[in-house]
Amino acid sequence: MDTAAITLLGSALLTLLALTLVCGALLGAASERFRVQEDPVVESINALLPQTQCGQCGHPGCKPYAQAIARGEAINRCPPGGQTTINALAELLDRAPATLDPSRAKADRDDVPRVAFIREEECIGCTKCIQACPVDAIVGAARFTHTVIAAECTGCDLCVEPCPVDCIDMITPDGATDRPSWPLPPDLPHSALWKQSLIATDRQGETR
Amino acid sequence: MMPLEHRSSPHSTTSNKTDRMMLLVLIALLPALCVRTFCFGWGTPITLLWCSLIALGSEAVLLALRRRAPLFYLRDKSALVTAWLLALSLPPDLPWWCSLIGTSFAMVFGKHIYGGLGQNPFNPAMLGYVLLLISFPLPMSSWSPADGTGHPWLTFSDSLQLIFLGKPIDGWTMATPLDLLRNNNTLTMPELWSTHRQLSGLVGPGWLPVNLACLAGGLWLLKKKVIQWQAPVGMLAGLAIMSLIFWNGSGSASRGSPLFHWFSGGTMLCAFFIVTDPVSGTSTRRGQLLFGLGAGLLTYTIRAFGGYPDALAFATLLMNMSAPAMDYWIRPRTLGHGPHLKERR
Amino acid sequence: MIQAPPHPLSGGIELATHKALSTRTPIATPPLPDTFVIPLNPQAGAPAEPQVQAGDRVLKGQQLARPRGPRGAPVHAPTSGTVRGPVVRPVPHWSHQQAPCLLLEPDGLDRWCARPAVTDYRRLDKDALMDVIREAGVVGLGGAGFPTDIKLAATRGDPAPLVIINGAECEPYITADDMLMRERAEHLVAGFAVLRHLLQPEKIMVAVEDDKPQALAAMEAACAGQTDVQIFSLPARYPSGDAGILIRTLTGREVPSGTRAAELGIFCCNTGTLAALHQAVILGRPLISRITTLSGQALARPGNVEALIGTPVEHLLHFAGLRESDMHCLIQGGPLMGHSLHSAEVPLLKTTNCLIAGTRAEFPDPDPTQACIRCGLCADVCPVNLLPQQLYWHARAMNHSQLQAHNLSDCIECGACAWVCPSTIALVQYYRAAKDAIQQQQAKSAKAAQARQRFEQRQLRLQAAEEEKKARRRLAARLRQQAQPPQTAPQQATAPASLPDEQRELKIQLSRTRVQLKKATRTLENLSQDSPDAARIRQQVQSLQQDMDQLQARQTPASVQPSGSPP
Repeated sequence: MDTAAITLLGSALLTLLALTLVCGALLGAASERFRVQEDPVVESINALLPQTQCGQCGHPGCKPYAQAIARGEAINRCPPGGQTTINALAELLDRAPATLDPSRAKADRDDVPRVAFIREEECIGCTKCIQACPVDAIVGAARFTHTVIAAECTGCDLCVEPCPVDCIDMITPDGATDRPSWPLPPDLPHSALWKQSLIATDRQGETR
Repeated sequence: MMPLEHRSSPHSTTSNKTDRMMLLVLIALLPALCVRTFCFGWGTPITLLWCSLIALGSEAVLLALRRRAPLFYLRDKSALVTAWLLALSLPPDLPWWCSLIGTSFAMVFGKHIYGGLGQNPFNPAMLGYVLLLISFPLPMSSWSPADGTGHPWLTFSDSLQLIFLGKPIDGWTMATPLDLLRNNNTLTMPELWSTHRQLSGLVGPGWLPVNLACLAGGLWLLKKKVIQWQAPVGMLAGLAIMSLIFWNGSGSASRGSPLFHWFSGGTMLCAFFIVTDPVSGTSTRRGQLLFGLGAGLLTYTIRAFGGYPDALAFATLLMNMSAPAMDYWIRPRTLGHGPHLKERR
Repeated sequence: MIQAPPHPLSGGIELATHKALSTRTPIATPPLPDTFVIPLNPQAGAPAEPQVQAGDRVLKGQQLARPRGPRGAPVHAPTSGTVRGPVVRPVPHWSHQQAPCLLLEPDGLDRWCARPAVTDYRRLDKDALMDVIREAGVVGLGGAGFPTDIKLAATRGDPAPLVIINGAECEPYITADDMLMRERAEHLVAGFAVLRHLLQPEKIMVAVEDDKPQALAAMEAACAGQTDVQIFSLPARYPSGDAGILIRTLTGREVPSGTRAAELGIFCCNTGTLAALHQAVILGRPLISRITTLSGQALARPGNVEALIGTPVEHLLHFAGLRESDMHCLIQGGPLMGHSLHSAEVPLLKTTNCLIAGTRAEFPDPDPTQACIRCGLCADVCPVNLLPQQLYWHARAMNHSQLQAHNLSDCIECGACAWVCPSTIALVQYYRAAKDAIQQQQAKSAKAAQARQRFEQRQLRLQAAEEEKKARRRLAARLRQQAQPPQTAPQQATAPASLPDEQRELKIQLSRTRVQLKKATRTLENLSQDSPDAARIRQQVQSLQQDMDQLQARQTPASVQPSGSPP
C-alpha cells in the first residue's frame, strides 16, 4: 500500500469521524432540548376509555385498566367501549387492533345504551347499590327508597348484582334511539369472484 | 313507486362524467399521435396499439383478481390513457417486449397494487417509463431519426420488423437534440447546429411539430375544463426560469434557450397531460402551480446535469412524492376561519 | 336603487333553474283536505305538549300544542274542526321517520278563533311584541325552521343592527319567494316597519337574484322613498342564497365558524318569514299557512299555492294535477338540498317551500359511482372553500380528527360538490354520516368525561372517609392507652373495630332472610293447600325461619357488647 492510498483512507476516516461526531452532538442536543415530559400515556389511554367504570375488564375502574394497558396488558378487554375503543387504543399505542376478548363480552349486550332503573315499590333501602355505583348515580338513604339519576348512569350494571331483592333492571332510556344518523353511502360496485381480496384497500371497503 | 333507500341530496348531477373526461384526454392526444406518425414513422401507432392491448388486457385480469367487475371499470378508459401516454413517451420503434414490460408494470405496480384508479401515488405511465429507462437504457435511447434529417424513411413493414422481430437496420438511430446538447462540451451553438442534421431551426426536425401538436391538444383540454391552467403554466415557467439562468447565449457551455426546452423532448406532453394528472398530483389549484413549477425546475436540472436522455419522468415522480406534503400544507382558508375572526369550536 | 353586490361569490355552480314551470299562474288556494296531519315535533327537539284532547272542537288559529323545549314553536289549528289523536304517522324526514301527530277533521266552516284586536304595534311594549311573535309560532320558513323570536332577541341587543332580507331563492324549481315578492311586496314592506320598530336597524338590505326581474321591480316599486332600504341584484349562481354566503356577498363580513350571524349584529331572514311576521303582528294571524311551490314534470298544473300547514302532500299534488304513473320521485325542497319523500301521505310543514313531483326523465337514477380521481372540481365550486375530496377520503376512513382539521363542521351541505363530481360520489351523504358520527362521538366523550370526574371525586371521597376513620381509630386507641394499663390495650383495641363489622354483616343477612321469608310466606298464602309446590315452599319457610332464629341469636350477644351498637 503506498502513501497516497493511506492518506486517502486516512482522510476518508477522518471525515467520517468528524461527521459522526457532529451528528451525534446534534442528536444529543436535540434529545435534551426537546425532551418529552414523562408518562402522559396513562392519561391518554384513560381519555379513550368509556369511563363506565364497570370493571368488566377485571380492573376496578377505567383508570386502573389504563394503567394496566400502559404496563402492557391487552387492549381488547373493554366491552362497553367496543371495537371503536379498541381501534382508538390500537391507533394510540401502535398495536394491532384485536377484536373484543370473548371472555369479557356479555352475550346479551348490544350497542343500545342502557341505564339502571330501580323498581321503587320493591326497594328495601339497603344502600348496597349505592355503595356499588362507581359514579354516585344512585341517591337514597338507609331504609329509604333509592333511585337512579338516569343522566349520570353509565349503564355498567354493577348495581344489579348486589341488590338483595333484585329490584334493579337495565332499561333502554327514552330517546336513546330517537335521532337517526346517516349511513355511509354504499361503496363502489364490485362482483364477488374470489373470497379473499388481494389488495388491502379493497378489504377495508368490504369490512366497513 | 318511490325509492326506499336513504339517498342524500343532491338529486341531480352534472353530465360531465369521469369516463367522458378520459375520452376527451384521448381525443386531445390524437393530434400528437398523427404528427408523431408523420414525423417519426409508423413505429408510434404500432407501439400505441400494442400498449393499448396490453393495458386493457392487464387491467381486465387485475380487476378480475381484485374481484371487481371488469366491464364496469374498463369503461372509465383510464387504462387507455395510461397506455397512450406511455406510448407517446417511448421511442417510436421500441422492441415489443420493452413496451410489454413497461405497460404491464405501469398497470400492476403503478396502479392496481395501490387499489386501482384514484389511489395511485405515482403517475403509472411515468413509472413504467422510468422502469424501462433504468433497465434497458440502450433501446430506450435509440430514437428513429425524424423525417427531414436526410435518413431513409422507415416503411410500415420496416417498423413492424424493428419492433417485433428486432431486425436491425443500418444507421436507423440518431442522438436526440437533447442528447447532443448535453454531451456537447467543445462546439459553439452555431457549430453544433451546422454539424448535426438533427438540429435545425429552433429544435430540429420532428420535435417542434410534435410539441406543437401536444400544445394544441392541451389548450383544447383547458378550454373543455378537463385540466386547469396552473400545472402547465407552472411547469413551463419552471423550465423557462432555469434555462434563462443557465443560458449562455451561443457559447459551448450553453444548455439551450427556454424555447429550445419548451419544444424539445416530451415537454408539452408532460406539461399538459402528465403533470396535470389529478390522481398523482396535488388537489388544490395553488398546489398545482407549485407542483408544475417544481416539475419544471427538476426537469431542467436533470436534463442539463443528469445522465438520462429526458428528465420528465423523473421530475414527475419526484413531484408525485411531494404531493401529499403539498396537500397537507396548502389549504384554502375556509369561510369563517382566520386570524381576524373569533371562531368558536 | 337596485345595486350589484359589492363582493363576489366564490365557487358555486350555474344550474338550469326550471323556474318558469311554476311562475305562469298566480298563487292559488287549494280546497280544504279531508284531514289535516299536524306533527307535534315538526323540527328537532322534544315533541310539543298537546293542549287539546281527542274529540275537542277547535277554531282556526287556536293553539293546539305548546313547545316543551326552548327551541320549539307553538302549533296552531289550520282550520276549524275536530281533533283526533295523537297518532303516530309518517312525517317528512329523510329517515322515513314516524312521529306523533294530531289529526284535525275540518268542519268546512273555517271559523276563526278570537284574534287579539289589531292595535297599533308601535304602542306595544317591545317585549310584548316579541311574545306576540313567539305565540304566533313564527319560524324561519327558509329551511331550518329556527324560531324567529329567538333570532330577533339575539340581535336586539346590538346598537346598530343590519337587517338582510333573503329573497335569493337559488335552488332550481323553487319560486315561492319569487311569487310572494311579485304579488305581495307591500306586505314585506309593512314587515320592514315592524323590524325597524323592534331593532332600529342601520340599513335593510334586500337580496334578489337577477333572474327574477319582476320580483326585483315589484320590490323596488314598493320600497320607493325608503332611504334605508337597499336592493341588491345578485348573479343567479347556486348557492348565493345561503345565509352565511349572502352576508359575505353583501357586507364582505364573515360569520366566524361556530357562531351565528346575530353575533355580528345581523338579522337575516327569508322573505316568507318576513311575511309571516307581518301577518302575526299586523293581522294577528298565527303562522298556519305558507306559500309553497308545486312543480315537476309529473304535475299538469304546476304553480304556487298558499297551503295550510298540515295539509297532506298528496292533496296538494292532486290539486296541481298529479299524473301518478309519471311520478318517479317526490322531493321536498329543492333538488340540491331537499330530501326525497317516501310517501305522499306526509303533511306540509312550516318549512316545506317546494314539492317536486319529478318524472324519470327529469330525475334519472344516478349513474353508478366511480373512483375519485381527485380532479378538484369539487374544491373549485365549494362556496365556503373546503376541500371536499380530502373530506371524502377522511370520511371514508371515519378519521374524525382529520375531518375536524379540514373544517367539516363548516360544510353547509349545499351539494355543489356532489353535483359537479364526475364520478357521481354521494359526497354530501359522506359528510352527513361523518357529522352524525362525530356528534355521537362527542356526546359520548362528554358523558365519559362527566363519568370520569364523578368516579374520581368518589374515589377521593372514599379515600378521605377511610383516612378519617383511621385517624379517629388512632385517636381512640391513644385515648384508651392513656386511660388503661398498657398490657390489655391490644385486645381492647381490636375488638371494637372488628365486632361492628361482623355485626353489620349479621344484620344484613338477617334482613335479607327476613325478606326471603316474607316473600316465601306470601307465595305460600297464594297457593292452594293441595298444590305440590306448597309442601316444598312450606319446607323452605321453615328452614328460613330457623336461619333467622339463629341469626337473631347470634346478633343478640353482639348487640350487648360493651363497645355498643348504634341505637
